[in-house]
Amino acid sequence: MTADLLAAPAPAAVAAVARGRRRRASRRRTVVAVLAALVAVAFVATLVLGRTVYPLGDVLRVVLGGDVPGATFTVGRLRLPRGVLGVVAGLSFGLGGVTFQTLLRNPLASPDVIGITSGASAAAAFAIVVLGWGGTAVSAVAIAAALGVSLLVYALAFKDGVAGTRLILIGIGLAAMAKSTTSYVLSKAGAWDFAEALRWLTGSLNGADWDGAVPALLALVVLGPVLLAQGSRLSALQLGDDTASALGVRVERTRVVAIVAAVGLIAFATAACGPIAFVSFLAGPIAARVVGPHGSLLVPAALVGALLVLVADLVGQLALGTRFPVGVVTGVLGAPYLVHLIVRTHRAGGSL
Amino acid sequence: MTDQHRLAAEALTLAYGERAVIEGLDLAVPPGRITAIVGANASGKSTLLRSMSRLLPPRSGQVVLDGRSVHRLPAKELARTLGLLPQSPLAPEGITVADLVGRGRHPHQGLFTRWSRDDDAAVAAALEATSTTPLADRPVDELSGGQRQRVWIAMALAQQTDLLLLDEPTTFLDVSHQIEVLDLLTDLNRSRGTTIVMVLHDLNLAARYADHLVALAGGTVHAAGDPADVLTEQCVRTVFGLDSRVVVDPTCGKPLMLPIGRHHMAPVAALHGDRGTARS
Repeated sequence: MTADLLAAPAPAAVAAVARGRRRRASRRRTVVAVLAALVAVAFVATLVLGRTVYPLGDVLRVVLGGDVPGATFTVGRLRLPRGVLGVVAGLSFGLGGVTFQTLLRNPLASPDVIGITSGASAAAAFAIVVLGWGGTAVSAVAIAAALGVSLLVYALAFKDGVAGTRLILIGIGLAAMAKSTTSYVLSKAGAWDFAEALRWLTGSLNGADWDGAVPALLALVVLGPVLLAQGSRLSALQLGDDTASALGVRVERTRVVAIVAAVGLIAFATAACGPIAFVSFLAGPIAARVVGPHGSLLVPAALVGALLVLVADLVGQLALGTRFPVGVVTGVLGAPYLVHLIVRTHRAGGSL
Repeated sequence: MTDQHRLAAEALTLAYGERAVIEGLDLAVPPGRITAIVGANASGKSTLLRSMSRLLPPRSGQVVLDGRSVHRLPAKELARTLGLLPQSPLAPEGITVADLVGRGRHPHQGLFTRWSRDDDAAVAAALEATSTTPLADRPVDELSGGQRQRVWIAMALAQQTDLLLLDEPTTFLDVSHQIEVLDLLTDLNRSRGTTIVMVLHDLNLAARYADHLVALAGGTVHAAGDPADVLTEQCVRTVFGLDSRVVVDPTCGKPLMLPIGRHHMAPVAALHGDRGTARS
């Protein structure tokens, strides 16, 4: 070890550091670009494929406002809002999920596992079925419920600080309560059709329209950038609260801003399409696996979320004979991963 | 790098809930020197260090950096002057050494400022200073305890602060790695003039490496100053409740504390036979 630390580092050493950083950054850029391209392809597929397959030219004309007999209704009124809502909800679930997982430093602590999505869903179902509300009021109730559940989970888990495991177990309990509330509310609604009921139980893009998609889109446009601006601070928080604070991050403020923004995104998306199972839970870990631990996971996780929703919706509609809601497909994908995660944590000697 | 920052605690009282851990403590950190804080378990060493780096707001009194309270300074501005390595920082799964060290540049980067050549140079210098350049592309999870600690110190170095606070930087390290880390910190102090404040468990290593030794007891400073004046048998008895002998360390001339337990002691006569070398 040299005793002279004043010496400037050798240019070669600086160049090596810069090279390594550029290599990691370019890998990250490539992965993000590929993910974005896949999302675009899946979005176009959502517009083109279905019971009737329309040629790309027709689809493009409809999207640009032209009139094509048949396609104008199917693509313009049904598939376009469905695809847009799929992308918006996927991005929102991905962003919200990875934010929670980063802040609580536990992949199990995603909003769909700890009851936030279920709470929003139960409130939305209650508002629609029992109170007969619609539109903005439903979104408002869903957001209030999501915030309420987050506060409740936090308050119940708080004892000399919040321990991850306790918070997750309490959240799972609240999620179960919220889900049974949803079931109860839906059973009370006699004239309620089954597909609509499934939306609030597992999440579905069936029956998506602009009235539902636009509030979620606006929420993403407003809250998405708020969350992205916290990206580097969230990365610093991965090193622990003390280290982050020593690096000049205002820990509490960052946590509050990030959680409120994440809860808002989740709640708006849930109010539009229900609690699409496991998307926010899966998006972060999958993104981490593909981009590696370099830089912020927000953007990759958002894209993975959108891709999951679109692909699962296509599979649910086209591949299985019966038209399954998207949440059924993501649920089938997510459950094994949940088991894997718990087994792995258990093997590693964790307490959960 | 040589303009000297002054860090001091003034009538500082720190508490967790109702329980006051530190009460009315005054402490001036000598600029450009190495200060070690020692004390019994739960004597508030780490609490004091956390408060000095803004992590814990004081119940009363203040921590002052260059005449301004650290709890009022903008977070990033403070982080460019004063760095802290906490006791158990967390490494995200799979992160590489170079990436982790690069995170130390956070206070130097704005929301829209790109990674600059200065950042690369700071990371390269930090890697070189801690001899971790060959590890740059390795995942942190795969490193040994000693290597990992050097990487964390590298991250703190990349922050390029004139003041560096470390909370037990040698815990969990075997003796050779403890010496390696303390030698590195000494190099840093001697060549860059970085002011170092560290909490240490090992009294003898603290006495050897510190220019200024601070012994905490009863929530306040029991003694502070040159290790030779601070580390006495009387002091060990008050601070740790332990009988001991303090002799001159033949390897460095600093005081060396030898604890006296209830077993394995030489006959009393032999014990007090060579009082000549003791400092009491």
